Amino acid sequence: MTNEVILQVKDLKTYFTVDEGLVKAVDGVSFDLHKGETLGIVGESGSGKSVTNLSVINLIPTPPGKIAGGQVLFHGKDLLAMPQAEIRQIRGNKISMIFQDPMTSLNPFLKVSTQMIETIVLHQGLDKDAAKQKAIEMLKLAGIPAPEKRIDQYPHQFSGGMRQRVMIAMSLSCNPEILIADEPTSALDVTIQAQILEIMQELTKRLGTAVILITHSLGVVAGTCDTLCVMYAGRIVERGPTDVIFEDPKHPYTKGLIRSVPRLDVENSERLYSIQGQPPNVIDLPDCCPFYPRCEKAMDICKKKYPAIANFEQGRAVSCWLYSGAKDE
Amino acid sequence: MSKYIIRRALSLIPTMFIIVTLSFFLVRFAPGGPFSSEKKVTEQVLQNLLKKYHMDEPLGKQYLRYLGDVLRGDFGPSFRYRDSTVNQLIAQTLPNSMMLGTIALSMALFAGIGVGIVSALKQNRWQDYLAMSFAVVGISIPLFVIGPLLQLILGLKLRWLPISGWITSRDGWKTLILPALTLSFPYFAYIARLSRASILEVLRSDYVRTARAKGLSERVVIGKHVLKGGLLPVVSYLGPAFSGIITGSLVVESVFAIPGIGRVFVQSALNRDYTLIMGEVIMYSLILVTMNFIVDIVYGFLDPRISYK
Ligand SMILES: Nc1ncnc2c1ncn2[C@@H]1O[C@H](COP(=O)(O)OP(=O)(O)OP(=O)(O)O)[C@@H](O)[C@H]1O
Ligand SMILES: [Mg+2]
Repeated sequence: MTNEVILQVKDLKTYFTVDEGLVKAVDGVSFDLHKGETLGIVGESGSGKSVTNLSVINLIPTPPGKIAGGQVLFHGKDLLAMPQAEIRQIRGNKISMIFQDPMTSLNPFLKVSTQMIETIVLHQGLDKDAAKQKAIEMLKLAGIPAPEKRIDQYPHQFSGGMRQRVMIAMSLSCNPEILIADEPTSALDVTIQAQILEIMQELTKRLGTAVILITHSLGVVAGTCDTLCVMYAGRIVERGPTDVIFEDPKHPYTKGLIRSVPRLDVENSERLYSIQGQPPNVIDLPDCCPFYPRCEKAMDICKKKYPAIANFEQGRAVSCWLYSGAKDE
Repeated sequence: MSKYIIRRALSLIPTMFIIVTLSFFLVRFAPGGPFSSEKKVTEQVLQNLLKKYHMDEPLGKQYLRYLGDVLRGDFGPSFRYRDSTVNQLIAQTLPNSMMLGTIALSMALFAGIGVGIVSALKQNRWQDYLAMSFAVVGISIPLFVIGPLLQLILGLKLRWLPISGWITSRDGWKTLILPALTLSFPYFAYIARLSRASILEVLRSDYVRTARAKGLSERVVIGKHVLKGGLLPVVSYLGPAFSGIITGSLVVESVFAIPGIGRVFVQSALNRDYTLIMGEVIMYSLILVTMNFIVDIVYGFLDPRISYK
């Protein structure tokens, strides 16, 4: 990880128009990604993690979705303002994605070879034979045995874990600068999850690829991510280096999340902590801190206004009235 | 694969046997008989008629006799058209219906798939609304309205096409156009809706999102990743559609004066023309099961997830 920032997300807003009203799925998200960095995004289901990352490569289904504001600067160029033809040369090439469900993410009607080769031919300008060699090599790196045989099989002939390895191999086949992995292991058996994460980490380290890792699991984050963003109701509520946040979480939501992870190293017979209340409804959300109904430290102002960002040393940022100058109350 | 084909083909035999048996007994248990509408036949004449057609024998014996005949490909003499055998009647009419049906279904297929694709890609825009309203109209307006309407406009008013007749007439192949158009309409509408719905489903699928995330152009995404999965349901529909359309339509054949099998079929049912009804039911079933058989096999080639063992 160097200090060169390759991706800057600035005040990103993505809204969906549904029958019930306006869903502000992502409402003012900002973060930086450095070269070779692994950035984790955690948050409850529906907090806007996937939408954030689909917005980054401008793949929000429109309608019902719409990117309502913000910028995504990749090496200084705004991906959201780019013509389709130009961003297509970045997708799958400089920025690639892996999705949650490997069972449905590959086209069942096309051989793995076809699906891998088309990407390599498109972005690397290799001929088909060379592209196939490259694909086989990538499958091998991703830990698929006998790749020269398996490459000509169809996705349904692979197990879930193997398919995710194929996805990893495919997404890294053009040496991307950024890999966005949207819950790459949530759909897999626990025993396979660790293997997949490990192979992903190993390959991205080797290729120097920066990773945005979306996950529910703080356990995954602790082991893999340099930086952590905690999302709640479409916003990032806390951001900073992973170890610092784990050591000293500031936002009440982050505190709750960390307290609710089972720990083997702490000896106590206390019941596992869980955050009370329901995840918020993000339809027509008023301008308050969306976490206040569940917050143990909620104050009056939390119901009235969304907290401004409070910055701390080491690049930490927290959105909570406890830190944003409401101290006089 | 070839093993599967052989096994499937062999399984057609018991299916057809059951169909023959069922149609034999059902036809006989329907009220009325082939000679019940005959004007004043004397008892003696009736006896002779029954004897001629072996109807005086016990039912079991008749059944076995019929089974034997069918096995030899002989559907017997018609009860009504005294000078014709069922085989002759089918041979005179079925090819006409088949030709008309094939043309109509091909038109429905091309237009339906085309319209389905366009409206799926332009979902909720005017192209989609236009196409789908057209399709709803196509499904809900009966053929006996569409047919005469087309005759009126394209035939009588504009005088572009002959309003009726058959290819053997002076107008030749042009006589096919209006009836084929009419016949294809509901099939077109159904295929358009079917392909639109399934393409929309595929467009929302994860693997299409993957294809887009890879940076493929929209043309490749649609052509290579969407269409195959999106059009599979149309392939399965082709079996019943084809057997339905080639076995004729009473309405279209009546409106356009076409010597097809549809009219013969309805007539035979009204007349209780036992052998003719059975012959037609068996022909129809044979075409249906064969078409479904072919569709299954084609489907197996198209969808790699299906493995025939
Ligand atoms: N196509 C869509 N149409 C309407 N609303 C959508 C659409 N996609 C996402 N949303 C809404 O956006 C919000 C955020 O969804 P998102 O998928 O980003 O959540 P997530 O954090 O990835 O959750 P999960 O952990 O379950 O994947 C949700 O409230 C969801 O209902
Ligand atoms: Mg998600």
